[in-house]
Order: sequence, then structure tokens, then C-alpha cells
Amino acid sequence: MSATSDLPGIVVDVLNFALTLEYLEAEFYVTGTGTTGLIPREMVPAFDQIRKHEVAHVKFLQGVLGTRAVAKPTFDFTGGGGAGNGPFADVFRNAQTFMAVAQAFEDTGVRAYKGQAANLIGHNDALGPALRIHSVEARHACQVRRMRKQKGWITGNDPGGLPDATRGTYRGEDNAFHFILAQPDSHVDEHTQAFDEPLTKAEVLAIVRPFIRGGQ
Amino acid sequence: MENQRGMPASVGNAWGGSSRREFLALAMKGVAAVGVVTVLPGCVLASAGRRKLDFHDDFGVLNFAYALETLEADFYEKVCAAPPNDLKLGELDILRDIRDHEIAHRRFFKRALQVLRAEIPARVWDGIDFTSRISVLNTAKTFEDLGVAAYNGAGTHLQLAEFLTIAGKIVSVEARHAAAIRDMLNPGSRDFAGDDVVDEMGLDRALDPAAVMAQAQRYFATPFTIAGL
Repeated sequence: MSATSDLPGIVVDVLNFALTLEYLEAEFYVTGTGTTGLIPREMVPAFDQIRKHEVAHVKFLQGVLGTRAVAKPTFDFTGGGGAGNGPFADVFRNAQTFMAVAQAFEDTGVRAYKGQAANLIGHNDALGPALRIHSVEARHACQVRRMRKQKGWITGNDPGGLPDATRGTYRGEDNAFHFILAQPDSHVDEHTQAFDEPLTKAEVLAIVRPFIRGGQ
Repeated sequence: MENQRGMPASVGNAWGGSSRREFLALAMKGVAAVGVVTVLPGCVLASAGRRKLDFHDDFGVLNFAYALETLEADFYEKVCAAPPNDLKLGELDILRDIRDHEIAHRRFFKRALQVLRAEIPARVWDGIDFTSRISVLNTAKTFEDLGVAAYNGAGTHLQLAEFLTIAGKIVSVEARHAAAIRDMLNPGSRDFAGDDVVDEMGLDRALDPAAVMAQAQRYFATPFTIAGL
């Protein structure tokens, strides 16, 4: 990639937004995989692989951004905005809660990268890696969903058993109009599963705000 | 994005505003290119023109994606029409879901490319044992991983934001497929996002269209020609 000082402002903005999300995911999985007895034995390899990737994404984006990288926020994985008593208060004591938050982060991450891709057109040094992270997040999302006994793909705007606190994660996923392709007369569920939907930066930040101290 | 939401079909943004104008402008370029080919003598040249993947504009990328989605959709249709006897419980449901997604993707590109009368050569299934779970799943894994790498590599060739976004809507579903198929082959392992496809920087594979077609060509009866890369 180009030297940090050469990065256009739009690219810095997008990559710092991505870095904030990767900080969130990396610290979440580092904490989770480091908590004895939290993750069921049969799920340890999968979560360790996800942790490895999220840590790598942080390192990669920090490397690209250099001195222009944003600092890591202080997180509250209970979703309490820093109070530590949010709706996911047992996130590191209860595997089901941990997995639910993981699903929300992964499905949101996929939508976040998708929403930023068009902002990177013409900046292939940034777009290329962003696309390659995007599909890794989608692999993670599928795996976490399947470990939660959900389909690996999203049907309509079905929250997949996640509580109301994360419902923004699936808002708009039921969109059935794809540029020139309208919703078919049948197989509507499969049609919405077949296309993941983007989120804007503002929508993503609204979803993750409760997980950041001070709510940024 | 937002403006696609919560709107009735009649006012969805698909055919409104500048995206429509840009699409039509590109479409006109495509029609002109095909027109040149079709006045040449003989139908061989004409159909060869339609099998040319010319990456000088976004239509080449769409045509390339159409070929891959057609391959995938046809494969899963064939699998689901006569599934292997040794599939495990629940696996056919997953394969049927994936089939329906690939059909939706194929329909999207067919619709987008109808002005080009894009033509995909007949599919060739040599080397695939459709009676064998392991053969079917390994082929599915190859197709899904290749699809992910293809979209990741082609994305940087796209110029229109609408097309990049729609490619993004599709590639993440392909990545979900790849992860599911890989986990069916090796449950509970790291393979859903294995080190064979995700590198030490946490980046998935990206392949240039020519490299993708080099691998995909064996599944098509006649070769595509590639230009504009």
C-alpha cells in the first residue's frame, strides 16, 4: 500500500472506521478465548481461528494507517455503554450470550464493509484488502450462526434469536430489490438470503455504540 | 442503501435517478459492441463475441460473474435433482438453500445482461461423481472458494458504485456458502476460514479474472476469450 501520508482522506476515514470495528472484535475474541470454561470444547478451534483473524485485521489496518490510525476505544461488551451492566451482562460467563454477541458483531461487520466498498472505488490498494476482509467476516458470520443452530445465511430481517438490543444488525436485510432485480413471486426467503445488505457508517455506529465506553 | 428500503416496487431506486442513466449508458455501449460482432459473417464469430469477457467496462465483470453463477446454479440444480445417497442428516436442506441462492444470483446477472444477449457455453461435469457426498461437497467447496476469490479479485475492476455494491451483496453470501460447505466436510474445525484460503494478514483469497477462468474453464464446453485486463 502507499505510504501513510499519501492516503486520501476518504480512505483514512473508511479504514479507521474499519479499524474501530476490528478493535472491537479482536478484544472481544481475545477476552472470550482467554476466559477459562467459557467456550464449549467443540467450538474452541473455530473461535480461536476467528480471534486470530480479527487480531490480524487490527494489525493489518494499523500498518496501513500508521500514525493516522485511531486509538482503541475502551469497550463494554455487556452493551452497557461503559457501565458494565448492559443487556449482555454475562457475556463472558455464558457461552450462549457470548455467541449471540459474536453473531451480532460478525453479521454487522459484513454489512459495514459492504457499505464502505463504494467509497473506496479508485483506491484499489485499500479496496482490494477491504473486500478480502469482508469475505472473511462473512465466513465467520456463517460459522457462528451455524454453531448457534441458525442457518449460515440471513432470512429476511430475522434476528436469529438475538435480543432487541442488537436488532439494528438485521434492519433492512429483508430488502428484496437489487438494482434491476425485483422480488420474485415465490422463494422470497431464499431471495433475501441470497443477497446480504449494506449498512451505512451511521447505522453501524448506532449498533456498536452501546459496546463503547462513552458512546463515542 | 437507505433509499432502497421501505419503498414499494414501483418507486424502488433500481430504475430511478442517475444509476439508471449510467446503467443505460453502459448498456448502450454493450449493445454497440455486440452489434459490431453480429454483422461479421457467420454465427461462430457472433457467438464467440458473446463469449468474450472484455474487462474494459463493468459489463465484462458482470458477464464473468454470470458465467460463474450459471456454473454454480447448474451444479446445485443437478445435485439436488438426484442427491447422493450418503448425504448426512440436514445436508440436503443446506444444499437446497445454496441452490436457491445461486439461482437468484444467476437470475440477477441474466437480467442485467439481457441487452448483451450473453451466452454461456454448455457445462461440463467431467470428474464429478454426483452419487458421492464427498465428491459433491469437494466440488461445491472448489466452486464457492473460487467464487469468493473471483469476486474479491474482480471488485477492483468495477467502476460503478451500484455494481460494486451488488457484487458485495453476493460475495458475502458465497463466503457463507464456502464456510458452511467446508464445515460440513470437517465439522468443528478451523476449515470454515482455513489457513489455505485466509492468509496470515487475515485476508481471503483474491484472484484476477484470468486466473479464475484458468480454473473454471474446464467446466465449460468451449473457451471464453478474455480481453481488457
